[in-house]
Amino acid sequence: MGCIENLKYEMILPLGASFKECREYVEKNFTEFWYVDPGYKLFDEYIIGLPPIALGIDGAKIVFPYTKPCHGTYLLGIEDADEAERVRKTARKKK
Amino acid sequence: MTPPPENPVPASALLILGCPEIPVQQALALHIAFQLRKQGTATHAAGNPAVLNLLKVSDPEKRYLPEMSVLEKCIEEIIEKKRDCDLCIVFAHSDAGITYAATMRHLLPAARLVVIIFGKDPEPLAALADFPCEKIVEKAVHNPMQLKRKMNGVFGWAA
Repeated sequence: MGCIENLKYEMILPLGASFKECREYVEKNFTEFWYVDPGYKLFDEYIIGLPPIALGIDGAKIVFPYTKPCHGTYLLGIEDADEAERVRKTARKKK
Repeated sequence: MTPPPENPVPASALLILGCPEIPVQQALALHIAFQLRKQGTATHAAGNPAVLNLLKVSDPEKRYLPEMSVLEKCIEEIIEKKRDCDLCIVFAHSDAGITYAATMRHLLPAARLVVIIFGKDPEPLAALADFPCEKIVEKAVHNPMQLKRKMNGVFGWAA
């Protein structure tokens, strides 16, 4: 998953956040959020996690959990209008 | 001891390894690989480069783990239906480990999933694994013996 690390990202929740904390943060802090399952492709990478995985959208910014084996889960935000639009078309509203 | 009838010998197994900071993991991974090889199960191990290098050093002739790949590649192959298994064993000593186990549950719905939850404080982690799986939970950092005994019992391997 080196690709996402090479993108310009904002760290919303730092290392140490649990996967469930990331989901709760997205649900509480974003008026627009969507759900996907593990294996959903985002920024050309497969996203993993406890289903359902919550993705927040704020304008063109997508907020999503990103797990690394040695570090745990981070909540990252990346600006990409095209990818945000693709999420709106392919993700689901319900858990 | 023969495996319980509800769990016949799997043709293929996948070992998902976490960060190698807890020493028992690598020893137990090789123990599992040895037992699986003995019973005729083809085993693939996936982890980050550090844990794979530790295993390569400990198994230089690839007797126990002939097939290994980095985690991201392995997950990609499963999603793209290029890899499957009958048995998936996930080592988890952190929230990330449970996340990988949950991912495997979703991606491999037909596989027997066994999550080995260990480390300094495994009980809170075990509570996070609220998806269908078998859990082997034991406080273990440097001494693998009790966890090995539990695993042998679950898998029906002789001590």
